[in-house]
Amino acid sequence: MVEAAERGESALLIAPTGGGKTLAGFLPSLIELAERPREGLHTLYISPLKALAVDIQRNLEQPIAEMRLPIRAENRTGDTPEAKRRRQRTHPPHMLMTTPESLALLLSYTDADKLFRTLRCVIVDELHALAGSKRGDLLALGLARLSRLAPAARRVGLSATVSEPERLLAWLSRRGRHDGSDSDDVRLVLGRSGAQAEVEILTSQERVPWAGHMAMHAMKEIYERVRRQRTTLLFVNTRAQAELVFQALWRVNDDNLPIALHHGSLAVEQRRKVEGAMARGELRAVVATSSLDLGIDWAAVDLVVQIGAPKGSSRLVQRIGRANHRLDEPSRALLVPANRFEVLECRAALEAVHDLTLDGEAPRPGGLDVLSQHLLGMACAAPFLPDELYEEVVSAAPYAAMTRDEFDDVLDFVTTGGYALGAYDRFQRLKLREDGRMAVAGPAVARQYRMNVGTITQEALLRVRLNRGPVLGEVEEYFIQGLTPGDTFLFAGQLLKFLGVREMEAQVAKGGTGDPKVPAYAGGRLPLSTHLAERVRAMLADPRQWDGLPEDVQEWLRLQRYRSVLPNRDGLLVETFPKAGKQFLVAYAFEGRNAHQTLGMLLTRRMERVGLGPLGFVATDYVLAVWSLRSPTDMDALFDQDMLGDDLEAWMDESSMLRRTFRNVALIAGVIDRRHPGQEKTGRQVTFSSDLIYDVLRKHDPGHVLLRATRADAAGGLTDIRRLSDFLARVRGRITHKNLDRISPLAVPVILEIGRERVDGSATDELLAAAEAELLAEAMPELAPPRPAKLETWRPQQGRLSL
Amino acid sequence: MIAGKRMLSASPQTLGSGCQGDDSRAALTFLGAELLADPSGALLWPAEGILAVADLHLEKGSAFAARGRMLPPYDTRATLNRLAGLIATARPARVLCLGDSFHDRRAAERMDAADVARLRALTDSVADWVWITGNHDPEPPQGFGGRVVEELSIGPLTFRHEAEPGAVGELSGHLHPAAAVALAGRRVRERCFAHDGAKLILPAFGSFTGGLNVLDAAFDGLLAPGFEVLMTARGRVYRFPCARLSPDRAR
Repeated sequence: MVEAAERGESALLIAPTGGGKTLAGFLPSLIELAERPREGLHTLYISPLKALAVDIQRNLEQPIAEMRLPIRAENRTGDTPEAKRRRQRTHPPHMLMTTPESLALLLSYTDADKLFRTLRCVIVDELHALAGSKRGDLLALGLARLSRLAPAARRVGLSATVSEPERLLAWLSRRGRHDGSDSDDVRLVLGRSGAQAEVEILTSQERVPWAGHMAMHAMKEIYERVRRQRTTLLFVNTRAQAELVFQALWRVNDDNLPIALHHGSLAVEQRRKVEGAMARGELRAVVATSSLDLGIDWAAVDLVVQIGAPKGSSRLVQRIGRANHRLDEPSRALLVPANRFEVLECRAALEAVHDLTLDGEAPRPGGLDVLSQHLLGMACAAPFLPDELYEEVVSAAPYAAMTRDEFDDVLDFVTTGGYALGAYDRFQRLKLREDGRMAVAGPAVARQYRMNVGTITQEALLRVRLNRGPVLGEVEEYFIQGLTPGDTFLFAGQLLKFLGVREMEAQVAKGGTGDPKVPAYAGGRLPLSTHLAERVRAMLADPRQWDGLPEDVQEWLRLQRYRSVLPNRDGLLVETFPKAGKQFLVAYAFEGRNAHQTLGMLLTRRMERVGLGPLGFVATDYVLAVWSLRSPTDMDALFDQDMLGDDLEAWMDESSMLRRTFRNVALIAGVIDRRHPGQEKTGRQVTFSSDLIYDVLRKHDPGHVLLRATRADAAGGLTDIRRLSDFLARVRGRITHKNLDRISPLAVPVILEIGRERVDGSATDELLAAAEAELLAEAMPELAPPRPAKLETWRPQQGRLSL
Repeated sequence: MIAGKRMLSASPQTLGSGCQGDDSRAALTFLGAELLADPSGALLWPAEGILAVADLHLEKGSAFAARGRMLPPYDTRATLNRLAGLIATARPARVLCLGDSFHDRRAAERMDAADVARLRALTDSVADWVWITGNHDPEPPQGFGGRVVEELSIGPLTFRHEAEPGAVGELSGHLHPAAAVALAGRRVRERCFAHDGAKLILPAFGSFTGGLNVLDAAFDGLLAPGFEVLMTARGRVYRFPCARLSPDRAR
């Protein structure tokens, strides 16, 4: 690293967690500043986490003070007081630790050129977590601007192990590309990799459950492991899971071991407390979600337990890396599958870790909404020439392939809204000056930009307050709205009774009776990665690989072979069988839950058209089950690729997923305002009005830049659509159809899954009608409808069936 | 919604002045007048050949654009198209716009020429077009046809922009009523008509107009405690007593 720095070269350092990466990033700057003290900002450190920026600054303070170096290091985040921020702009520190959002703001000030002129080094931490996201897009554009303001500044990227370092090298490059040619400008530095991790799968004495995700059967055994270690980190996949596992562990916690809970919805103070206690070695175990995937290093974790399947090998490697941050000792980890398919998936993940194959995501182009925010910010800093700014933008990797036309469209959007009608030509936000430069039309525009900077959008959250006492954390507003006073739910590790909402806060009391409604947080579930899915398929198809699987799992697979067939590696097995007067179809696609959900929707539409009378479907990560009045016979026709045509388009346009995506795009692009504390406008109202805009825009200006950005986002987020299309192409002509007289062993888990699922949005019409009919029947029995209203218009109902 | 249909059949919809029947509409009797609530948010009074809409807020999009928020400029067009569709099928003799038809005083200056022509053609196609004034448009712009009044009484009913406490037989807009119901773990929130037998408040018709929950304090003292809403959702109208509704915020 030091060598690269001396030559002024940019570098990407890839090392496992705990390899002293961050210090390595700073070392050259410390040396340089110690040897040649100077004034002005020298090194900028950017981290995705505020807490990490603050932490790093504290950690640097110590060596700086001990060695009496003439260096001032400070942090700057959204929490930094105004007076300190002002001072930082007039008397900048030598080293500044900040976040992508704070950097964007700094770059939008008119004195940005003065502040950054002296810059020699930019360090981007946790680069693997930033690249490929919208925050990464914003940061890449910010770096492009920094390179213009300070051409001598080199870039340093710090990353955990990734499958394709080339992508990160390109991201870090000042040319926006890395192609193995002489002009490549970023050097790859690989940290010493530690000892091979020791990973095992828990072989439970209990029978492996058929379905479910909580691994309750193994809680006692997990607890035993916790007892035997000094410190254990338990990872789960969703916040709801974290709450349940935490409860279950405490039920068997006969020794009263200090076991804590950590997830993204808990109050910040609460999380800091847990992190602090963990760092001081006061805790024996922490149950955590991805909230602990990044950041703060703890040296003393002896064991990492992954409860439920890890869903991807890269993620598993990262989590395992949290154990024992000493390079000479192996990390130890335990995987706990929660059901039979997860046993297979855990095995696949384990093999992937041993083979060091990581699942990578295909790069996606930078967001147009992010670019439009950036263009406005650049205009706030100083009037710009579009030609020059275009050159700057395409030097950022996410935008390297952007055409000038596309750029001009976004610029037009920033200037006048970019509507085909051209109605707003007189309300320009940017004005073209005589010298050919674009300038902001007035100070109000810059104010608006600064109020809305950033790309982080989230569901509206409500604080959860205990009896006017302490705040326990935040929970999505829609979850609270589904509760009525008196309902109970698990949150922050305790059973709470909902009292009502007061002053933007959910008021709760301890205790309460009845079944808790577990918080159903959004976005917790990641689909099975393509790479792991392939391994699971291969394992199923080949009995020689079953050795070492738990006996009841082997027996289950043998029975499947006897009663039906095993799904083969490249084709698709479809089983049909009658049950409870309905016809079931189970497709063993192994493409992940999201892809299966889309497939279920498309299949039922098609089945409806040909008169098969579909009644509903349920999707898991592994299979899709559809039930109907009549059973389909021609599977090749049913699974034909053309289902991805009009039906998909129509569904995408209507789906709430696209509406949510549009809302986020509109927020980032600055069409609707962000919420700020103290403002009357609620998250719900924002959702509502962005829906109105979406509907009108879709009808009258379908090619508008905001809709293009929305579709690109949805397509990127919906990698399952691409997965689905690859899948349909792959299985063409290779479908094995087994018509059975009863349910097969392999189909049991998905059939059990039915009824656990909550009713999906498409059933809302029936629910509304039913709720209304109920009330009418109660009030006026003589007017009660002759037959249930829900038969009138059929729509696929997800997951509703009584067996 | 079969239950709703059954109720409709008790009040023939095609009587009167040529308002076309439609399954998705809900009938209600209001001070003896047989009215139909349309899922678009419009109200029909077939016996009088009346079509009433509230709070069009034409040119709301451009009002935001003038302040730097580049909302799409198509709201006027979308609102007028929906209104034109209704007029074409219901063929009313009289259209009542219950105030706040224009988002602000300068709405007409900002309106696209094609939309101006569209609105003129629409007012021309109806025998009597009435602009009732509202707080956003105390003086509706001239040149679009129609006549301007502060309020209008027909038979037992009075149409005005803002509801007045205690008034009976009054139809108004202004508040943009919306209602929310919690259904099996999810929540639906849509615009609605709200009425208590003495007052009826219409939902906002404009394409960019949001809704205010009928349980909000702004409705206090206007609607009697046992009021009912007719909620417009997904092309239909659903009836709910206020006891079934869920507030946006606890008060």
